Amino acid sequence: MSNELDYLSRRVALGKLSRRDFLGRAAALGVTTVFANSLLTSAAMAEGPVKGGTLKAGMQGGASTDSLDPATWQSQVPYKFGRQWGEQLVEIQPDGTLQPKLAEEWGSSDDAKVWTFKIRKGVQFHDGKDMTPDDVVATMERHSDANSKSGALGVMGGISNVKKDGDTVVFTLKEANADLPFLMDDYHLMIQPNGGKDKPTAGIGTGPYKVVTDEPGVRHIGSKFENYWNGDKRGHAEQIEIIVINDATARTSALQSGQVHMINRVEPKIVDLVKRVPGVTIQNVAGKGHYVFIAHCNTAPFNNNDLRLALKYAMNREDMVQKILRGYGSVGNDFPINKAYPLFSDDIEQRAYDPDKAAFHFKKSGHDGPILLRTSDVAFPGAVDAAQLYQQSAAKAGITIEVKREPGDGYWSEVWNKQPFSESYWGGRPTQDQMYSTAYLSTADWNDTRFFNEKFDKLLITARGELDEAKRKAMYRDMSVIVRDEGGVIVPMFNDFIDATSAKVGGWVPDGNQEMSGGYALSRCWLNA
Amino acid sequence: MSTPVLKLVAQRIAMGILLLLAVSVLIFAGTQILPGDVAQSILGQSATPQALENLRRDMGLNDPAYIRYLHWLGGILTGDLGTALSSGQDIASSLKGRLWNTLFLAFWAAIVSIPLAIGLGLLAVRYRNGFVDKLISGLGLASTSLPEFFTGYLLIYFVAVRLQWFPSVSTVYEGMPLGERLSAIALPVTVLTLVVLAHMMRMTRAAILNVMQSAYIETAELKGLSPLQIITRHAFPNAIAPIVNVVMLNLAFLVVGVVVVEVIFVYPGMGQYLVDHVAKRDVPVVQACGLIFAAVYVSLNIIADIVAIVSNPRLRHPK
Repeated sequence: MSNELDYLSRRVALGKLSRRDFLGRAAALGVTTVFANSLLTSAAMAEGPVKGGTLKAGMQGGASTDSLDPATWQSQVPYKFGRQWGEQLVEIQPDGTLQPKLAEEWGSSDDAKVWTFKIRKGVQFHDGKDMTPDDVVATMERHSDANSKSGALGVMGGISNVKKDGDTVVFTLKEANADLPFLMDDYHLMIQPNGGKDKPTAGIGTGPYKVVTDEPGVRHIGSKFENYWNGDKRGHAEQIEIIVINDATARTSALQSGQVHMINRVEPKIVDLVKRVPGVTIQNVAGKGHYVFIAHCNTAPFNNNDLRLALKYAMNREDMVQKILRGYGSVGNDFPINKAYPLFSDDIEQRAYDPDKAAFHFKKSGHDGPILLRTSDVAFPGAVDAAQLYQQSAAKAGITIEVKREPGDGYWSEVWNKQPFSESYWGGRPTQDQMYSTAYLSTADWNDTRFFNEKFDKLLITARGELDEAKRKAMYRDMSVIVRDEGGVIVPMFNDFIDATSAKVGGWVPDGNQEMSGGYALSRCWLNA
Repeated sequence: MSTPVLKLVAQRIAMGILLLLAVSVLIFAGTQILPGDVAQSILGQSATPQALENLRRDMGLNDPAYIRYLHWLGGILTGDLGTALSSGQDIASSLKGRLWNTLFLAFWAAIVSIPLAIGLGLLAVRYRNGFVDKLISGLGLASTSLPEFFTGYLLIYFVAVRLQWFPSVSTVYEGMPLGERLSAIALPVTVLTLVVLAHMMRMTRAAILNVMQSAYIETAELKGLSPLQIITRHAFPNAIAPIVNVVMLNLAFLVVGVVVVEVIFVYPGMGQYLVDHVAKRDVPVVQACGLIFAAVYVSLNIIADIVAIVSNPRLRHPK
């Protein structure tokens, strides 16, 4: 079978090409309809979990400083390896809904202040012990200890008490929070024996794979856990391996030469080239991550809303998506939420590039002179180019943007969240509440736009305790509009996650919650026989 | 060995130790002036003031610099490199594997490149100014002039992706069979060889040609020795000192200068280890790596000096 046909039939199996289109392409390649149809059948038949083999991923985002302690995780490799060997109480699905994991079911009091999780029975840890509600309580305690350096500290901050009650674990909150179950999907909050308090780096969890080899910054290997409770759905390969390949070219060539079966972070610049490699499939999915230009709402000249509006109208979003993301993304609308979030309202008017309006608001603001924008290579991929594009689109509105390129070293400590106008990125959060609470609430640690809006804060707190979804959706809509029209953030684009798989990989599920199929690629996928 | 030689050697070693001490001060000072501190770098974009304060207190980052320097120096003298701030692991034990990998790669690159360079240098002298000489020099210079990442990517594309002879990812691990290990490092060794070859080869050629002007070479010629015999028996031994010097410089490069090659081929050596820790501002690891690199450089240069001294009959047999 020619590479082209092979590629096309796999596209059909993945649902990315219709049968009719396939037959058309096949005819163009000089293949009879009967033969093309038979190809299609064999490609579709091949889809279905195959057990065994070693599934390998080449991934960016690992360093020799990584550890197995979930509290310390920040980068892609330990996080994605963790998703294979440990599990949380719940799991967010590709469609944004919650599915039971180590908790079987959950519910709350009417005021959304007390949450009860029924813990699954018959789940075993890798060390042979049964998982109990006590382990769940201990895990929550470890990650909410103020002295702990856990990345989940912020998530746990709103919880005043966690205790066991028979088969269940009861969370008592300081303030009502209808989203609490979503927070339990946080990758740091993996349930460990006695919460991992005895030895944080032991690497023991309940996941489909046991940690066999852990060489930080080099490779991580897991082998199938025989007593895994959910073995029909997850953990098809006998062994999984993550090889840390931080260099983009090396990652691509490892995929091409068959040394790994899947890679993350294919750069938008080279996607079109990688796409043409026989056997390779680009797996791109719209996510919640977005790139931002942030202005401090409390610092002159950005404390003037007309100036902020001028800066917003001066942004050519379509152009950004085409040139910076090469089309692998979607335009933003100056608030940090898109359709990947639950309870998103799609009827908010899209802001478009309008040099006239930009010039009007700029004039009205009374500001004169250039605007200094700080950027760096590390702000997001293509950040410096984006700054220059912005400079040009703003110039057409008569606004002079002065671009200052800062060193990547120290950008996050010296520039971001310090300087009044800079570029940055956000990875997105599972829920709207979390995204807004993390960066837009007046009291948020990372309120990087210095956005202080009483009405917004009130809405956010009220929405948190509102269990009626229609009402919450309306509140989130109002909040989005406030940020869009008064906030200090310019959101030109939401970036896709772009991964790539080789022909050997089956069972890939597009999942916008995170890259690599929501982080679960290695246990969701299998090696085609 | 006679006293003057011993004295000279002892002087060299003492100088080396002094130099290392000076380097340790420089390394320590250098790591102090980097922007941002360890706590900030570990927590990155997700740092809250509370978490920052907790980390700084735990790591003793609030002590004055000179106290931290003395602590550190004392630890090193007793063989304790400290613990990595970012992962809490013992530096000495995690560094050992990386250092071993780096030395392994450098060793094989040296095994291939040094005999090749010297052999080609001798050949170039034998056929000097002829076609062979020009060909060797030209190819050598071309391979050195190409940046190593470019040669690396070319090799990956043709040898690993197209021909699939050797893997493009050179990940090695403990307990890997030697055969597999050698196959894994084939491409990085090739790149490193290409990078260092010309320098050593040209130096060999120049040093021997220099000796070839001497009167005793003419005597040897008149005696009826073949050109190759003259070169190997009479010219080469007298040109050893400069050759060893340049060989040692290149050996040092093979140990300390291969970060780019490590990144391209995903080789778990010291360079990548150092870069990871610089990015995390893991100062104790950066300092330890810096000092090890300095020690390698200094000791290889001492060896070159000693060889030069010992190979000089006037120093070995004083009147």
